[in-house]
Amino acid sequence: MEATAVTPGAESLASTPPNTDEIRSQFPILARQQDGRQLAYLDNGATSQKPLAVIETLDRYWREQNANVHRGVYRLSEEATDLYEHARRIVASRMGADRREVVFVRNATEALNLVAYSWGRQNVSEGDRILLTEMEHHSNIVPWYQLAAEKGAELDWIPIDEDGRLDLEAYASLLERQPKLVGVAHVSNVLGTINPIRTITRMAHDAGALVAVDGAQAGPKLPLDMAAIGADFYALTAHKMYGPTGIGVLYGRRELLEDMPPFIGGGSMIRTVRRDEITWADLPAKFEGGTPPIGEAIGLAAAVEWLDTIGLDAAHAHEAQLTAYALERLAEVPGLRIFGPPLGDDRAGIISFELEGAHGHDVAEILDRHAVCVRAGHHCAQVLMDRLGVAATTRVSLAVYNTREEIDRLVDALNDVRRIFELD
Amino acid sequence: MDDLYREQILEHYKRPHNFGRLDDADLDYEDNNPFCGDEQHVFIKLDGEGRVDEVGFEGKGCAISTAATSMLTDELEGMSREELLQLPKEFVLDLLGIDISATRMKCALLGLKIVKSASLGSAADWDDEGRQGDPSEATRSGI
Repeated sequence: MEATAVTPGAESLASTPPNTDEIRSQFPILARQQDGRQLAYLDNGATSQKPLAVIETLDRYWREQNANVHRGVYRLSEEATDLYEHARRIVASRMGADRREVVFVRNATEALNLVAYSWGRQNVSEGDRILLTEMEHHSNIVPWYQLAAEKGAELDWIPIDEDGRLDLEAYASLLERQPKLVGVAHVSNVLGTINPIRTITRMAHDAGALVAVDGAQAGPKLPLDMAAIGADFYALTAHKMYGPTGIGVLYGRRELLEDMPPFIGGGSMIRTVRRDEITWADLPAKFEGGTPPIGEAIGLAAAVEWLDTIGLDAAHAHEAQLTAYALERLAEVPGLRIFGPPLGDDRAGIISFELEGAHGHDVAEILDRHAVCVRAGHHCAQVLMDRLGVAATTRVSLAVYNTREEIDRLVDALNDVRRIFELD
Repeated sequence: MDDLYREQILEHYKRPHNFGRLDDADLDYEDNNPFCGDEQHVFIKLDGEGRVDEVGFEGKGCAISTAATSMLTDELEGMSREELLQLPKEFVLDLLGIDISATRMKCALLGLKIVKSASLGSAADWDDEGRQGDPSEATRSGI
């Protein structure tokens, strides 16, 4: 497979890392002390912290700009509507998409459910196949499982190799079964694998399948040019990309969204309602039934604009350097086994590991005493846990504000786990 | 220094008591901790009077869940199914003898829940203390 397929825009991602002290000063929570120690927040794959730019935008909205959208003729409502639709244009611009292709939803899970319910129930029938990967998050498994169970469709699974990369030869074979859709994570939330998304979408399209990409982990890390990625559907969640919770994005190609029935019925998503006939609103309103998360959408746009001030390429360079350091330091811890690809262009700063002789929850609990925040568990990826043959892993996930010093504290804390559990 | 991971807990974690399946069990139940997916399977052999004669368990879990179930299984011999169902959660927490945070509470109580479920023949509530169902109706679930 061509090397350029690994990271869309990777060629432009060589840049100088940003000034981390300056960035950290924009995140008030990073000054938090626990037991006299400064917080080392290494659970960004679960949710990122929020910069002042986002916090202040939300605060201003709730204090000064709040009104319902697309309803009032008064100026306050017009202002809120303008802000909400401006937020959509900012997100659309980041995704290289038309504003009508950007549907605001609650999170990536809702985005993928929307596709499974609306597109899936219209296009998948008995005997059809949906192709997923072994590394999918439950949000890109469960909606398809439900759809398959309802329709009598079948799920197939693209296997991963020993390094946690998708087996593209197996993928090619599985495409011969002519799946209706391929569901794939852009970046694995457990393994940190950056999947060769352009190759995956091209192969799927050549086989006549659509592709639904779970971009939850890629959102804060990678260029999101939908045309370059070749996604038919792409799901984002704001809270992992320095924005607020409660807001996410479904990108869908316009001709697909035009043909799909609504997902949530109610206010805002209709053109006319008569006793015996209802007509739907135009895109994207057709998929935004009910009062939307207005302040949160504006907060998402603030997060996108904030990340632009750092520069995606600079953020990427910082994470790549820190990932290299973390992999090197973790390799020094005896009995520690790292999952996922070795350092390289297809390796993001999401590092899962198992410490022999200590369960992930015990590791995470002891790390918390060092004010080091990590995630332990199955990471909503039980199919992958089965494949890896583990019940749980401990996961470190990096963001633009993390430092080498925090990695050093992580390693010291892991050595404390080894001491407490007498693992020498 | 470390209360949660004091020596006795780690000892039970590393060398759990009554570990292993009982192929001729009269009661058994398997369940998991929804918080983390850790699974345990408890096996109970009854004597002629319907009291616990032997207990075994298997599964993969954290230090807290493994130690809690290990300690619990040491205490069950001679109990009737009714008595198992009436065990309060404090029974396990006292055995552990440490403060358990809200997030780790299900780790501590997983084994007790499974013992009660085995006794009942169906899933017991996390805080069930004998109010649920009639254990005399319990049957051995399929192993």
